[in-house]
Amino acid sequence: MTAATAAPKSGSKSKSRRARPGQASPKLAYLPIIFLAFAIGIPLLIIVVYSFLEKPSQGTGVKWVFTTENYKALFIQQKLDGTTSLDTRYIKVLWTSFTYSLITTVVTLILSIPVAMWIATRDARKRTLLVALVTLPFWISILIRTYGMRQIIADEGPIGDFLGLFNIEWSILYSPPATILGLIYVFLPFMILPIYASAERFDFRLAEAAYDLGAKKLTVVRKIVLPAIRPGVISGIALVFIPALGSFLQSDMLGGGKTNMVANIIANNFGQARNWPFGSALAVLLIVLTLLFVLIIQGISQRRGDKVELV
Amino acid sequence: MSEKYLEIRNIVKVFPTPEGGEVRALDDVSLDIAAGEFFILLGPSGCGKTTLLRSIAGLEYPDSGEIILLGDRIDDKPPYERPVNTVFQSYALFPHMTVGENIAFGLEMEKIEKDVVAKRVTEALEQVKLSGYENRLPSQLSGGQQQRVALARALAKKPKVLLLDEPLSALDLKLRRGMQVELKRLQRETGITFVFVTHDQEEAMSMGDRIAVFSQGKIVQLDTPVNVYRRPINAYVADFIGETNLIEGTVVSGGISLPGGSVLPTSELAEDSFLPVSGQVTVAIRPEDLVLASDGLISGTVRDVIFTGDSVRVYVTVGDIEVIASLASYGTQIPAQGTSVKLNPEHRAARTVAS
Repeated sequence: MTAATAAPKSGSKSKSRRARPGQASPKLAYLPIIFLAFAIGIPLLIIVVYSFLEKPSQGTGVKWVFTTENYKALFIQQKLDGTTSLDTRYIKVLWTSFTYSLITTVVTLILSIPVAMWIATRDARKRTLLVALVTLPFWISILIRTYGMRQIIADEGPIGDFLGLFNIEWSILYSPPATILGLIYVFLPFMILPIYASAERFDFRLAEAAYDLGAKKLTVVRKIVLPAIRPGVISGIALVFIPALGSFLQSDMLGGGKTNMVANIIANNFGQARNWPFGSALAVLLIVLTLLFVLIIQGISQRRGDKVELV
Repeated sequence: MSEKYLEIRNIVKVFPTPEGGEVRALDDVSLDIAAGEFFILLGPSGCGKTTLLRSIAGLEYPDSGEIILLGDRIDDKPPYERPVNTVFQSYALFPHMTVGENIAFGLEMEKIEKDVVAKRVTEALEQVKLSGYENRLPSQLSGGQQQRVALARALAKKPKVLLLDEPLSALDLKLRRGMQVELKRLQRETGITFVFVTHDQEEAMSMGDRIAVFSQGKIVQLDTPVNVYRRPINAYVADFIGETNLIEGTVVSGGISLPGGSVLPTSELAEDSFLPVSGQVTVAIRPEDLVLASDGLISGTVRDVIFTGDSVRVYVTVGDIEVIASLASYGTQIPAQGTSVKLNPEHRAARTVAS
């Protein structure tokens, strides 16, 4: 401990234990870690255990008998005569969720890159203000915002009224496009912010250097700017796609419950349908698919050498 | 100059200041740069030298004036249509590309065949003595090596003019001296016209064929390093280039009366010194041109003596001014602090300068 000899000796405390300035004690992290372990770990464990249990003959809850029927029921339909056939209903719902999330991710990405670049090129004072504006929707509950969206896009809402002046029929509410619109609206800030964080660090002198070397605008964006903000783009994709996959509010309130996303089915099984074990199995499947997606993203980013940590 | 290569004609560039005012970064600047010249734009920060360089590169558009390269007007062209390339102060290497990819980037923009690109990348790296570094990332290189890559990247394009924006300012002294020699060699070997921006007068003098000294958006003096040093046009240049004792004197018959009363005879002044008939005049004397002499015209008290190795700097208080003399450190009697000394300028080394 040569470093410690230079410091004034305080006597009682052992030198090696003394915290250096700016170094937090690991003890401070214990409580949050314990809390998170309980708040995430235990519900997760319950879901996994429930998914392998039987549904009681009546009422809610579980019957403590091991079974894999819940998982089979995700893909296989058993008819009253005892024959089985492939059940594509849940696969279709998963596919719907996947496509909605994908469309949401692609649209928010296309919208966010110019916005983030524009904010990043403003002066420092304007940047702070603009970032605050992007985060403004977080001040209002997602439920109220989605409700507000419903009023706006309703047949008799402002858009409908305006288009009505030109005799154009407007009927989007309670349809898949309304659900996707709601998802895009809610998740847009989650795409803008990480891309902005990357764009803000971008050294615009690199763009000048590229111009100087003979590159035109589009080439500069494609070969210099986009690679530089790639970590932000990957974070944004993860932050939008994963929660979008598990969202149910938009399809419930804007889609009118006609086209379900997987989370709607899960919620329904824990609610009206009173089939906790099956709901758990579907939830586990969603978690596994999400995890798979995260691993794919991380694989891509690691191969590229980007500094993106998701797991 | 026999042939006009790069012509700068009446360039004006005005920038707004945050306070709502405006700064004339370039105030009607005109100059001609010859083919194969090592041309220096020298001045303190904010004098407009970098703005001029960026205007030639196309990263800045002048408000008025013309830039003509080989008879072609280029000042309204975008940077990618100008046959000039820049070595940036910050190097501006693309961090996600290897050294080889960085150098190839500019060549790929010209739609050159792949094997030709590869050949020219290798060539450029040889020129800057970094062969074998193709696959390194810029972050894996030292500052000096990054500097060389930036140089190679610009040279690989074989530009008509290479623009260098204080490229050596981030390097330590030893490395900088080495790079100065190397840049000089590269310029000789390639025959490319270099326009080099610096605020370091020593660097300017050691490298440039000609130097344009800038102040507040204008060229104050444009001449060879020797002339800029030996025949500064005014007190600003005399003071900015190297070190100079600027002594206020009064014109009297036969010479200039210096502080302390002694008269510096006209015959001792540099031949081309101007001498007004009467009134105040500024005399510039380089510290190395002052010598100890028993009959010295300038007498004062030694305030400080500083040994710098190759010379001894003696700070002499003369009345209410201070004069610096740089004496040889070997074979000279070094005066002690607090003693009285008499100094004389070498024959025809003192000159009058416009203030």
